[in-house]
Amino acid sequence: MPGAIYAEGLVKTFGDVRALDGVDLDVPEGTVLGLLGPNGAGKTTAVRCLTTLLRPDSGKAVVAGIDVLARPNEVRRSIGLSGQFAAVDEYLTGRENLQMVGRLYQMRTKAAKVRAQELLEQFHLADAADRTAKTYSGGMRRRLDLAAALVVAPPVMFMDEPTTGLDPRNRQQLWEVIKQLVSDGTTLLLTTQYLEEADHLAHEIAVVDHGRVIARGTSDQLKARTGGERVEVVVHARPHIATASEVLRGFGTGEITVEEHTRKLTVPVTGGARLLAEVIRELDARGIEIDDIGLRRPTLDDVFLSLTGHTAEDGGGGGGGGKGEGGGGPGTATGTGAEDRGRSKETVQ
Amino acid sequence: MSATGDTARTSPSGNALIQSVRDSLVVAQRNLIRMTRIPEVVIFGLIQPIMFVVLFTYVFGGSMQIGGTTDPDTYKNFLMAGIFAQTVTFATAGSGAGIADDMHKGLIDRFRSLPMARGAVLTGRTFADLVQTALTLLVLAVVALLVGWRVGSDGDSGAGRVIAGFALLLLLGYAFTWIGALIGLSVRTPEAATSGGLVWLFPVTFISNAFVDSGRMTPWLRHIAEWNPFSATVQACRVLFGNPGQSHSSAWPMQHPVWASLIYSVLIILVFRTLAVRKYRSATA
Repeated sequence: MPGAIYAEGLVKTFGDVRALDGVDLDVPEGTVLGLLGPNGAGKTTAVRCLTTLLRPDSGKAVVAGIDVLARPNEVRRSIGLSGQFAAVDEYLTGRENLQMVGRLYQMRTKAAKVRAQELLEQFHLADAADRTAKTYSGGMRRRLDLAAALVVAPPVMFMDEPTTGLDPRNRQQLWEVIKQLVSDGTTLLLTTQYLEEADHLAHEIAVVDHGRVIARGTSDQLKARTGGERVEVVVHARPHIATASEVLRGFGTGEITVEEHTRKLTVPVTGGARLLAEVIRELDARGIEIDDIGLRRPTLDDVFLSLTGHTAEDGGGGGGGGKGEGGGGPGTATGTGAEDRGRSKETVQ
Repeated sequence: MSATGDTARTSPSGNALIQSVRDSLVVAQRNLIRMTRIPEVVIFGLIQPIMFVVLFTYVFGGSMQIGGTTDPDTYKNFLMAGIFAQTVTFATAGSGAGIADDMHKGLIDRFRSLPMARGAVLTGRTFADLVQTALTLLVLAVVALLVGWRVGSDGDSGAGRVIAGFALLLLLGYAFTWIGALIGLSVRTPEAATSGGLVWLFPVTFISNAFVDSGRMTPWLRHIAEWNPFSATVQACRVLFGNPGQSHSSAWPMQHPVWASLIYSVLIILVFRTLAVRKYRSATA
């Protein structure tokens, strides 16, 4: 039986550009699929096709058991869409926005009012309910946009880069809301450029590049494809790089990557924290002063790099310094957000 | 939070026409609320035509020959129907810009993902714009009276005929709003909609009988002016208001201006509403 969101061979071209080049998706009911890819990979186009906003050139799409191409208006009753532009009317108050959406979902006026109040409270917007959305902060607008998508508590939700541009605190808040939603049984398709976000929220991840799904699996499965962990060292002074490199060679299972300007060395290892302690002792014994050292587990960024040859943030254009091939070599992963890195690293002070 | 419980709260889909009217009213309400939140838009919308009334009356009045006279009072009474018609058509640039802005901000995507009547977003918008146009026209009529415009200055008029004249003006404005809507849906940015929504209005309003006696134009230009849908409404208003300068041309729209104005406006609505709704359904931001 196909899942709550199902697509087969979706193709959409804009002029010469094949935005979607045969996308297959299958999201079981009550789960989250993270559609991960750089800008222009085709994530938004896929969402637009599945939410009836765009008609694919060919292929099949079924959402909540309803054929998207044959019965778009029925699909619209069963879905909620929250976009990256926070589509709320800024000259309407939060309450007016939600009531309008409710009525356009064909709710009765009174029911729309009651539901708006419920959502305002649930999304901590009750205090700002009667202010125009123009006065809202970015995070508040995003919550209002999400609330608008949830007016009829649709069984299937689509979120197109829900946290793009949000500060870490607001992102965290929105993640909590999304998790709650999913634990209540909603099926969710989420697009994101943040590898950490897909890692955090999605049951399954589909990596998209140039209009195709190039890999899929759980976060752990995808990470397993890029191989194991590695040690990352930042030495205090450049002259120490050579010696440190020598030390690491003794522990590593592969090639050492050196970033001269940041004085950072990376080497793939096996052996975990115990090995890390040994590395530290050895470096210390050789009198090498270190600014930072850590055991780094592969991130989804590494996965992306090993699959596509460029990092997600590079947006498909050649990929700067990062060029990782296949399993063993995770590359230098330039352009990884500090945040992504912090989470997957166990720094030893 | 299951879906089944909540869908019970929605009304049965019922009659498509009823849903269409209901959805249009919801959207119209939204746009009217917006107007109260951005009153400066309404105010600037008023200042512009008032400036035209004052400038044309005092700068051009006295130099323009209407019906063989250059009397400023004659020109004043001649001019007002033209200014009224110009005002209702120029207001359409705002509609286009508003729709382009909604597209740009992703609101059109939001609407298109909702199970609402497909023409309702545009119908609601054009209806709200009509309310604003009516308001503008009312204020403008008062200003016109203040500077000396008189109904029945050169012929029969009366309350019923004046109301009929304003009704034709509103219908023309409503028809042109659909052209503005189509432009708004076709351009990439709200800025382009503002300028793109205005440029075509200059030839339409100036190659007409609105500000000058079209009988004194070169023949080919006169021809265009006399068959211009815009001229038909202006001529109809002059007839209904009993104002000077009615064309005696043998062109059909000038002979039957009220009918011509009605037919033109209805035709424009039919054609451009169809095109705009089609464009809306495939709109991509």
